[in-house]
Amino acid sequence: MKIVVCMKQVPAGTKVDIDPETGAMKRLSGETRTNPYDLFALEAALSLREKTGGTVTVLTMGPPQAEEMMRDAYTMGADDAVILSDRKFAGADVLATSYALSQGIQVIGGADLIICGKQTTDGDTSQVGPAIAEHMGIPHAAWVAEIVDADEHAISVRQDLVSVSQVSKLPYPCLITVDKDMCVPRLPSYLLKCATKERPVRIIGFDDMPDHDLTRYGLIGSPTSVERMFAPPEIEKQVYLEGDAAQKAEELFTILTDKKIL
Amino acid sequence: MEIMKFDAQKCSLCGICVEKCPFGALVIEEKGIVVDEKCRMCGLCVRQCPEKAIKFEQKANSFDKSKWKDFLIFVEQERGDIHPVAYELLGEARKMAKKVQFKVNCVIVGGAGTEENAKKLLAYGADKVYVYEDEGFEGFRADCYTDAVADCIAITKPSSVLIGATALGRSLAPRLSTRFHTGLTADCTTLDIKDNTDMVQIRPAFGGNIMAQIAITRSRPQFATVRYRVMDKALKVKQPSGEIVRCDIPAEMTKSAIEILSSRVIDKSKNIEDEDILVVAGRGVRNEKDVAMCQELADALGGQLAFTRPMVENGYGDTAHQIGLSGRTVRPKLIITCGVSGAIQFTSCMTGSECIVAINNDADAQIFNVAHYCIVDDLYQVVPQLTELVRKQKEE
Ligand SMILES: Cc1cc2nc3c(=O)[nH]c(=O)nc-3n(C[C@H](O)[C@H](O)[C@H](O)COP(=O)(O)OP(=O)(O)OC[C@H]3O[C@@H](n4cnc5c(N)ncnc54)[C@H](O)[C@@H]3O)c2cc1C
Ligand SMILES: Nc1ncnc2c1ncn2[C@@H]1O[C@H](COP(=O)(O)O)[C@@H](O)[C@H]1O
Repeated sequence: MKIVVCMKQVPAGTKVDIDPETGAMKRLSGETRTNPYDLFALEAALSLREKTGGTVTVLTMGPPQAEEMMRDAYTMGADDAVILSDRKFAGADVLATSYALSQGIQVIGGADLIICGKQTTDGDTSQVGPAIAEHMGIPHAAWVAEIVDADEHAISVRQDLVSVSQVSKLPYPCLITVDKDMCVPRLPSYLLKCATKERPVRIIGFDDMPDHDLTRYGLIGSPTSVERMFAPPEIEKQVYLEGDAAQKAEELFTILTDKKIL
Repeated sequence: MEIMKFDAQKCSLCGICVEKCPFGALVIEEKGIVVDEKCRMCGLCVRQCPEKAIKFEQKANSFDKSKWKDFLIFVEQERGDIHPVAYELLGEARKMAKKVQFKVNCVIVGGAGTEENAKKLLAYGADKVYVYEDEGFEGFRADCYTDAVADCIAITKPSSVLIGATALGRSLAPRLSTRFHTGLTADCTTLDIKDNTDMVQIRPAFGGNIMAQIAITRSRPQFATVRYRVMDKALKVKQPSGEIVRCDIPAEMTKSAIEILSSRVIDKSKNIEDEDILVVAGRGVRNEKDVAMCQELADALGGQLAFTRPMVENGYGDTAHQIGLSGRTVRPKLIITCGVSGAIQFTSCMTGSECIVAINNDADAQIFNVAHYCIVDDLYQVVPQLTELVRKQKEE
C-alpha cells in the first residue's frame, strides 16, 4: 500500500497590511509554516499505514526551502519526501498546480491512495485535491470526516454533505481530502528526528516530468490571473436604531434582510 | 494566460521590485531579475518599476471565446429539494446575462423527483433546465456527477458555469474545470461581467484579510463557485417562458467506481459553534416564559438559543449552550443578544461574529461597545415584534 500525502508550506501569518495611501499590499512576512490542514492528512496516512502496512510519501510543489516542512514530516513518521521545485512551476494556479502534482506522482511511481488537506490557508480553495484526481482519472471523496474502514483493495469514508452523512467505498487508486478535526495530528518524535537526520529529501524539476509541454505548468499553464488585490471594505460603523420599539424592530428587520442574513 | 516579462535592456537592477514584492517572489541573479514560485501575478512590480522594464505578456492563443455563450448553473439538491444557493446563482446570473444578452440555463442531476424540482426553476426565470434524472444519481458520487454535468457543458457550450460553494459544489467544480482545461475561481463573494464576456470575480484571500479580483481571459467556460447567502435571490418572473430538457443518460454515465454504503440525514442539532444565527438570553430575560419568547425568535430565524453564564447557573440551559470564557466561543453570521450586559468574559468569546445586534434597556451597558446595531429599549417590546416580522416574511 503506497500512500502519498500532498502538503504545502504557507506563510506563517495571514495578516496582510495595506498601505492606506496607495492601497498597495505590503510584504508578507517571510516566515512559513506547514499548512495546518495538511497535518490532518499526514496523520490520517500514518495511522492508516499502521493498519494496512505500506509507505507514506510526502509530496509538495514549492521552493527548495520546503525541505524544512519535509524534515518535520519525517519526525512525525513519513517514509519519504519529494519536492517539486522549478522556476518553470512558478505562479501556478489550481489547474497548473494540480497538473504538476499529478505528474510528480507518476514520477515517484504512482500511488494507491492520495490524501490532501481540506484547504490551504493561502490559496484557500479546496480545489487542488479533486483536480489532481481528475488529471489522474481516479475517483475522489472530498472533506472526509472519518475513515470508516480500509484494507488493501479499498477505503470506506464518511462525508458530511449539506444535510446527509454518506459512507462510500472507493477502490484504489483514489484520492481523498480530509476535514480538519478528523483526527489529532501526532507530535514530532525526538527519536525519529535523530533517526531521519541523514534521510534525503528528493527534489524533482521540470526535466524529470513525463510531460514536457511547458504550457501546462506555472504561470503559462494557469488560466486564472489576479487582476488586482485590495483591502476588504471597512467593517460598518456602529448604528443606533431610533424610534419606538416597533420602529426599531422594523428597522432591524430591514437591515437584516438587506444584508441577506434573512 | 499571462507571463511576466523582464526587459533586460531597460532594467537597471535597482531592486525596487524585489523590495516591493509582497510575496518575496523576485530575486536578482546574474542574468537579471527572475520570478519564482511565490509569484501571485498581483502586478505590483509592474506598477512600481521606474524603468517600465516589467510587463505582462499575453500568450498567443487561438481560443475563440465567441463560440461559448450563456450561463449554466449547477442546481444542487438537498434532501429532495433544491438547495437555496441555486436561486441566488440564478438571480446573479440573470443580472449579468442582461448586460451581454446571454441566456441563463440550469443543469440538475439526481434521482427520482429531480424533474419535479427542475420545474420550480422556471418560475425564477431559467431559460432551459437540463435534467439528468436516474436512480444511479441517487446520492452524490463525484465521478458520475462530473460526467453528467460535463455532458451538459459539451452540449451547451456555456461561457460561464456557476456552482454553489457547498461541500458538494467544491468537490464537483474542480473536476469539471480540470476536465475542460480551464480556470476556476473558488468561493466568490462578488461577480460581474465585462462587455467581452469575461467575468469579474472577487473573492477573499488570506483568511479574508484581502480581496482578490480574478479573471479567466483565455479559456472557456469560466468556472466560479459562489458562497451561499451573499448574492440576491432571483425574483419570480411574471410569465415563465423556460423549458425542461430531459437528457439522455447512457449506461456508462451512471457507472461509478464509488459505492455508496449508507446515507443518513444529519441531525440538525448543531453545536452553537457551527450555527449561523444565534439569539442569546441574558439575565434581562427574567423567567421561563420569557426564555420561551427568545426561543421563538431563534426558531423563526432558523437559529439556536444560547445563554450567558448566570442563565445557565439558573438552570435555563446547559453549558453546551453557554457563550463565554467558561463556555463556548462562537462566530456566527448573526448574533442577537437580549438583556446581556456585556461582561468581558462573555464578549471576548463572541466578538468574531459577523453581525452583532444588542438589545438592552441600559444605554450604558458594555455590550454596546461591541455591537454593530444597538437597540436601547425594552427587550419585551422588541423581541416579539421582530419575531412577528420574521415569521410573516417566511409565510410569503
Ligand atoms: C472567571 C469567570 C468566568 C466567567 N465566564 C463566563 C462565561 O463563560 N459566560 C458568561 O456569560 N459569563 C461569564 N462570567 C460572568 C460574567 O462576568 C457576567 O457576570 C455575566 O456574563 C453577566 O450575564 P448577563 O449579561 O446575562 O447578566 P447581567 O450582567 O445581570 O445583565 C443583564 C442585563 O440585562 C439588561 N436588562 C434588564 N432588563 C431588561 C429589559 N427588560 N430589556 C432589555 N434589557 C434588560 C440590564 O440592563 C443588564 O445590562 C464569568 C465570570 C468570571 C469571574
Ligand atoms: N503546492 C502544493 N503542494 C502540495 N500540495 C498542495 C499544494 N497546493 C495544494 N495542495 C494540496 O491541496 C489541498 C487543497 O489546497 P487548496 O486548493 O490550495 O485549498 C492542500 O490541503 C494540499 O493537500
